[in-house]
Amino acid sequence: MAHAATHDHHDEHHGAPSNFFTRWFMSTNHKDIGTLYLIFSLLMFFIGGSFAMVIRAELFKPGMQLVQPYFFNEMTTMHALVMIFGAIMPAFVGLGNWMIPLMIGAPDMALPRMNNLSFWILPFAFALLLSTLFLPGGGPAGGWTMYPPLSLQSNTVAYVVFAIHLMGISSIMGAINIIATILNMRAPGMDLLKMPVFVWSWLITAFLLIAVMPVLAGAVTMLLTDKYFGTSFFNAAGGGDPVLYQHVFWFFGHPEVYIMILPAFGIISEVIPTFSRKPIFGYKAMVFAIASIAFLSFIVWAHHMFAVGLPLGAEIFFMYATMLIAVPTGVKVFNWVSTMWGGSMTFETPMLFAIGFVILFTIGGFSGLMLALVPADFQYHDTYFVVAHFHYVLVTGAAFSIMAATYYWLPKWTGRMYSEFWGKMHFWNSVVWVNVLFFPQHFLGLAGMPRRIPDYNVAFANFNMISSIGGFLFGASQLIFLGVIIHCVFFSKKKATDRVWEGAKGLEWTVPSPAPHHTFALPPVIHDDELAHGHVED
Amino acid sequence: MTRGVTEWSPEPYFLNNVALGVCTAIGLLVFGAMFIAMFRFRKSRGAVAEKWSHNTMLEVVWTTVPVLILIVLAWMSTGGLTSFANTTDSQMTVKVTGYQWKWRYDYVDYQGKAIDGVGFMSKLDEQSNDTRQLRSGLDPNAVKVGDENTYLLNVDKPLVVPVDTKIRFVITAGDVIHSWWVPALGWKMDAIPGIVNAAWTNIKVPGTYRGQCAELCGQDHGFMPIVVKAVSKAEFAQWLAQQQAASKAPPATPATPASPTPAPASTTAAPATAQVATAAKAPGKQG
Amino acid sequence: MGQQQGAYFVPAKSQWPIVAAVVMFVTVFGAAHWLNAAPGEAGFGKTVISIGFLGVLAMFFGWFRSVIRESLAGKYDAQVDRSFRMGMMWFIFSEVMFFGAFFGALFYARLFAVPWLGGEGHGVLTHQFLWSDYAAAWGAGGGNGPAHIGGDFETVAPWGLPLLNTLILLTSSVTVTIAHHALKAGHRGKVLLFLGLTVLLGATFVFAQAHEYIEAYRELNLTLQTGVYGSTFFMLTGFHGMHVTLGTIMLAIIWLRVLKGHFNAEHHFGFEAVAWYWHFVDVVWLGLFMFVYIL
Ligand code: HEA
Ligand code: HEA
Ligand code: CUA
Ligand SMILES: [Cu+2]
Repeated sequence: MAHAATHDHHDEHHGAPSNFFTRWFMSTNHKDIGTLYLIFSLLMFFIGGSFAMVIRAELFKPGMQLVQPYFFNEMTTMHALVMIFGAIMPAFVGLGNWMIPLMIGAPDMALPRMNNLSFWILPFAFALLLSTLFLPGGGPAGGWTMYPPLSLQSNTVAYVVFAIHLMGISSIMGAINIIATILNMRAPGMDLLKMPVFVWSWLITAFLLIAVMPVLAGAVTMLLTDKYFGTSFFNAAGGGDPVLYQHVFWFFGHPEVYIMILPAFGIISEVIPTFSRKPIFGYKAMVFAIASIAFLSFIVWAHHMFAVGLPLGAEIFFMYATMLIAVPTGVKVFNWVSTMWGGSMTFETPMLFAIGFVILFTIGGFSGLMLALVPADFQYHDTYFVVAHFHYVLVTGAAFSIMAATYYWLPKWTGRMYSEFWGKMHFWNSVVWVNVLFFPQHFLGLAGMPRRIPDYNVAFANFNMISSIGGFLFGASQLIFLGVIIHCVFFSKKKATDRVWEGAKGLEWTVPSPAPHHTFALPPVIHDDELAHGHVED
Repeated sequence: MTRGVTEWSPEPYFLNNVALGVCTAIGLLVFGAMFIAMFRFRKSRGAVAEKWSHNTMLEVVWTTVPVLILIVLAWMSTGGLTSFANTTDSQMTVKVTGYQWKWRYDYVDYQGKAIDGVGFMSKLDEQSNDTRQLRSGLDPNAVKVGDENTYLLNVDKPLVVPVDTKIRFVITAGDVIHSWWVPALGWKMDAIPGIVNAAWTNIKVPGTYRGQCAELCGQDHGFMPIVVKAVSKAEFAQWLAQQQAASKAPPATPATPASPTPAPASTTAAPATAQVATAAKAPGKQG
Repeated sequence: MGQQQGAYFVPAKSQWPIVAAVVMFVTVFGAAHWLNAAPGEAGFGKTVISIGFLGVLAMFFGWFRSVIRESLAGKYDAQVDRSFRMGMMWFIFSEVMFFGAFFGALFYARLFAVPWLGGEGHGVLTHQFLWSDYAAAWGAGGGNGPAHIGGDFETVAPWGLPLLNTLILLTSSVTVTIAHHALKAGHRGKVLLFLGLTVLLGATFVFAQAHEYIEAYRELNLTLQTGVYGSTFFMLTGFHGMHVTLGTIMLAIIWLRVLKGHFNAEHHFGFEAVAWYWHFVDVVWLGLFMFVYIL
């Protein structure tokens, strides 16, 4: 194999630097930086999760027991910001960092130093964001959407805005790096249409990121100047309009939610074929579907604004465009099922999470479709029905896919097998409790419980209590996840083979486990039958 | 979801049911196929993987069938939406203004006649407000009107409207964005400072209908309920006359505030931070 | 360091990224603290910003120095060069989207917000109930909204300084292109001349713009606080102006590098990147001239 030849006598120079500081703070290595991203995102997942626990604890029963309403709002806001920008997005970037070069036969990311900068901005950005909780003015409490004029009432707007600027810069640089890597660093013979679906999904996601993160930066910059410099963008008295902010925000915000799901689609499209031992059904359709979803994501933003009083024509346009997204997404779901059909399936932990993903994400998609129907959304909007919708797509969608990916590639990263038993424990606990947590929220929404409230009428008590119990247990289940990872990294005795999974195909499985510090310093020779999609002809 | 009590409110209700049905059906099909696959094609049962990876026929079917389903749904919702958008021919106008954290109602006109001086603030009732204080030790279950628990859903002064009347609401806000929502009326509409939104209702059944502010508007967002009392036309006429008489006597109710004015004092001790209203838009220091 | 022949150049460990992260943090932390300080309170914000800013300069200097060294040492093959190019292209795309947000705000305010407040179309009720004496207009006499925020103002006439600035930028695009061709043909003197001219034109633009701002504030009473008109006007032209300033500095640095002989006919990515950036700034200006000044 090609990598072996190029690396044998280079490992002394090219092994990981032994100095801890140099290795982790000054790295230019995609694997180390990927690891940093993954650790960071796990940490953030736990921080964001603790905030969610505060929310669920306060909502456990009617009456105010634990926190002041203002603090509750800070929790809701921070929970979302930390989960979205701190947990989910960096996790995907970490996975991309680790796997994309391995999957396309590249020696590293195209711009390794910038890669390290993209990562290191994040801890600082979050320090800035989280520090507001301890400042006299208090943290942001206007929801993660930060609608003015409410968000401008906070005294720490500047901290939040600059934190978001930093995150934006990090994401944009990360995305540029990924695009340049995919377009410029593929080994000879790795044609675009032979790339793994995960790589495709990231290529398209990176494009979305570069297109919309600057728009978010623009939106929050306008908040900043409205707050501190007397501009009137969002002030009707000065000829502006608070709704303008919402348009700009959601022009970013909607593609943003697809930024959090397209890489997930990619991951699932790797995992299901591996454990079905059958090539992915409709490879080109899969790629095309991702591209269509990305395209459509730019013209549906106002479906978050059906109740702001848009002109009739606008409501109708955004409703139709939104509904259209169900079609390419459906294609993906059907293709996953067809991949399983006629396969030879086994159900290791990654596969379990992938199956959980397909079912539960689809449920979240269905509620999304219901939200798209404007008259019905007049009722659903800003209720727990929406909260249920987006946690199905985000937790059992994005987060489950990240868990699937972790189990799937962990042996490749560490060279050791995780404990299949505890992995399965993690899965079954998660999948049961997450439904206990979020399914009742549909009923709450339909029964009329608004979101972002710290207290509620007793009519909502039962479902809230169920949801909270599910929440605590789902949260606790994540401790198993942590345990499995720590065990695998530090204690597991069971060595992983290079291929790891019987049905695994693709370049990443041709390098040793653990993957050496440097791989593919010289481009590998690609054999089509090594690839998952070496022989697409449709 | 409630079916509601107005001419229009069944629209979202039926739409919800139809969409739910459609999704359940598709769900059963997809998940059913998946479970069959998981059962039949498992390695432990000796399944051997096949090699095929597409089927044009199938792919065409599962792109076009969803499209057809969506067309039906889109057609239904467009109808509902269009009828909602038509606020003309109303027999009454009520102006609703959201404040941190209470609502103001001004009666603008009724049966073609302008109404002068009828308007009032409506905020969380005393009992709920005491109960909802942090660790108040009071029991939310004890907050009742008759048999109905009204914890956080009752106000000091409800909006009184007649039934069988097409009422146009003009909705705005004085400080930040709020959203006026009574589930039984079938819709919510954002109340945006400096902007007026319109909506309408025609209540068919007399009764008391409760709702809440549905847009995060600061710390007491959860504590600004809405109560609509729908009464017969005769009762309403009487009520209105009373209000008009009352408004003549005292030195008039506060004039309708024009656009972003400072927020009224908050209902509880707010952190200083939450009290800067939009009006305090004086340029910050710029060094 | 480095890699064997024929392999993609993967730089070894580098301290610059982490330094960059730190100095960026220091800068924005200082800025946030400064903006947040209660009125009258001194605070340490300004000091921190200054330190952060110096740090950023030092970081750029250090990082680029190592890149230039590697470049001169011939470590960048065609593939690395392509990575840089893609990086720059997508960076410029992100900048386009950033300006897009502000152009979007401008179009929204002009086409929807202001007319609606004035009672057009969708805004009938808004006008009737809240702003019945507001007559919508863009520019003088309406562009600062129904509350007339910032008071009476006049707009900048497009056919004076702005036209001149348009000509300046257009010319500078030509000069930078001439310089590029000269570089490819190996005429260093000509490169220096035309690149130098470009720098001068850029600087002139910035001066003219500053002059225009002073004029606007002093004579026209058009300020950042002049309702949404002033907001969009100054934010758009301001961000553009900052980009021109930055571009001019970058061009000046490239001029020095040409002087030092860092570039040759084949190998001059740095030059091209800056030239692209300059063209981008130019195109944004054309948009501004059209939509902010003329229309
Ligand atoms: C990963 C994130 C993610 C994803 C993938 C989606 C996917 C979708 N979302 Fe969701 N959404 C969010 C995250 C996401 N959303 C978030 C975070 C919010 C709230 C933000 C906030 O306010 O804080 C939100 C809110 C939100 C709203 C606004 C609700 C409101 O505030 O009133 C709407 C309205 O249209 C909507 C619609 C949709 C639709 C139509 C899809 C579609 O993409 C779903 C498509 C998928 C399917 C439909 C299932 C599979 C398809 C088939 C099996 C084919 C056949 C099916 C049919 C023909 C029905 N979403
Ligand atoms: C990617 C995104 C993501 C993820 C993963 C989650 C995960 C969770 N979310 Fe959240 N959520 C959002 C995105 C996300 N959420 C967004 C965008 C909003 C809207 C915000 C807004 O309105 O502005 C929101 C809002 C939101 C609300 C509504 C708040 C409100 O309207 O006031 C609630 C309430 O139940 C909630 C709950 C949860 C729970 C219980 C989890 C759980 O899945 C979390 C599980 C994880 C852990 C618990 C951490 C790990 C474990 C430990 C720390 C161990 C210790 C714990 C125990 C022993 C119990 N979320
Ligand atoms: Cu008013 Cu929420
Ligand atoms: Cu959306």
